Amino acid sequence: MTTKASSTKPNPADLNRTPLFSRHQELGARIIPFAGWEMPVQYSGIIQEHQAVRNAAGLFDLGHMGQVDVSGPDAMPFLQWVTTNDVSRLADGDAQYSLLPNPTGGVIDDIIVYRRPDADGFFVVVNASNRDKDVAWLHAQRAARSDLDLTVRDISPETGMIAIQGPLANDLVEGLSDVSLGDLPAFAWIAGRIAGVPAMIARTGYTGEDGFEFFTGIDDVVRLWDALYAAGSRVGVAPIGLGARDTLRLEARMPLYGNEMDDAVNPLEAGLGWAVKLDKGEFVGSDAIGAMKETGAPRRTVGFKLTGRSGSARSHYPVHCAGREIGWVTSGAMSPTLGENIGLALINREQAGVGKPLEIEIRGKLAPAVQVKTPFYKRDR
Amino acid sequence: MSAPSDLRFTKTHEWVRLDGDVATIGITDHAQKELGDITYVELPEAGDAVAQNQPFGIVESVKAASDIYAPLDGEVVERNESLLTAPDLVNASPYDDAWFIKIRLKDTAQVEALMASDAYDEFADDSAH
Repeated sequence: MTTKASSTKPNPADLNRTPLFSRHQELGARIIPFAGWEMPVQYSGIIQEHQAVRNAAGLFDLGHMGQVDVSGPDAMPFLQWVTTNDVSRLADGDAQYSLLPNPTGGVIDDIIVYRRPDADGFFVVVNASNRDKDVAWLHAQRAARSDLDLTVRDISPETGMIAIQGPLANDLVEGLSDVSLGDLPAFAWIAGRIAGVPAMIARTGYTGEDGFEFFTGIDDVVRLWDALYAAGSRVGVAPIGLGARDTLRLEARMPLYGNEMDDAVNPLEAGLGWAVKLDKGEFVGSDAIGAMKETGAPRRTVGFKLTGRSGSARSHYPVHCAGREIGWVTSGAMSPTLGENIGLALINREQAGVGKPLEIEIRGKLAPAVQVKTPFYKRDR
Repeated sequence: MSAPSDLRFTKTHEWVRLDGDVATIGITDHAQKELGDITYVELPEAGDAVAQNQPFGIVESVKAASDIYAPLDGEVVERNESLLTAPDLVNASPYDDAWFIKIRLKDTAQVEALMASDAYDEFADDSAH
């Protein structure tokens, strides 16, 4: 047996560990190198962990993700310039999904922008794999905008981040919190204490379930994890690795940087036009994105299911239609919730449409597929 | 779990059970653990030839697709149809219910070069670190 995904093994000495590394080892996790970090890919098994999040709740170590503080009198106009979404729509304590565009309309990263509840500033969460690139880009943009008064600071080293996601998350966290969370809407955050640990509590996440992401001081994150795990493990809350994180976000059709988008994919092609607000005024890449909006995106990101018995569609597999190659798979997996092979593909717009057929090239053979509505999974409200 | 002492093993984590000139082939407990939840198995059909150290099938887990290598030269006499509909048997019963194929060997002496269970356990232990 040899796994086809070949990767060069990084030197473990070069890899970072989150404060929760020993917890993962104690929980029997398999650890892999990921974006410069040693992270758990699975504990009990990807399918079991996936189902724990759908049916109970799951606990995630997100210590590899990056956090950037953007504050000062001109923090908002700066973020309006470097992101695609409209930051002016955020009230104090609101959050929004957004993108860092490049000047040609590609995507540097996808991010969450949090407006601080009580201060003049913002907090931006970025992907681990893009943190250095994003921070360098933001500093360069900051330097280029000498007309603005603000500071950009990478606060990742001093910030801890974990998440709890799933139908039991709300009641569990409410029971440990000194602030009421019942009225906290999706994409909002407040300051509070969870089991005595001071944290920013955000109703955000990346699984398609209700739940929270917590930001703490780096030295508090183990205490918060232990409190959540102690209370949660009694009711079926499980630790969740990167493997299930990927299948959860795919079922919910949440994009993954490097799969659904990158420097050469326009947000309109990635199906992320909803996070681009061209009417807010000029921003990095707005000309390129606006021009594509005029003519229509030449490629579309579509959801599909494989209809025959075959292996899974996986990232970069070619997509065919009527004897022609028309694009590639951006993400694909056996869906643990549906028991079917699902995926997203970036294809020529002429062949895009729910119900239309596709063929996915899997190890040289064409597997029949049909385009379907997304998300593949939506929770009951 | 220690590898069963009546089997022989490859460095690519397949096992072989010899019965006369027919070899039953599967993947080891170590291999299924490394792969995680198995979601798909692709096998050759009866009559197909397999060649030593060449891929004869595929197993897929949630994370990845992996080649399965033939430990020996031979011709497929039977494949385990139940793996096609219940690939998770590979996780549940790697040495018994989840055999992959049976092949009629060209040369039963090839088996001698494969690892015994104690050598395989040591090898698998090392490759896990």
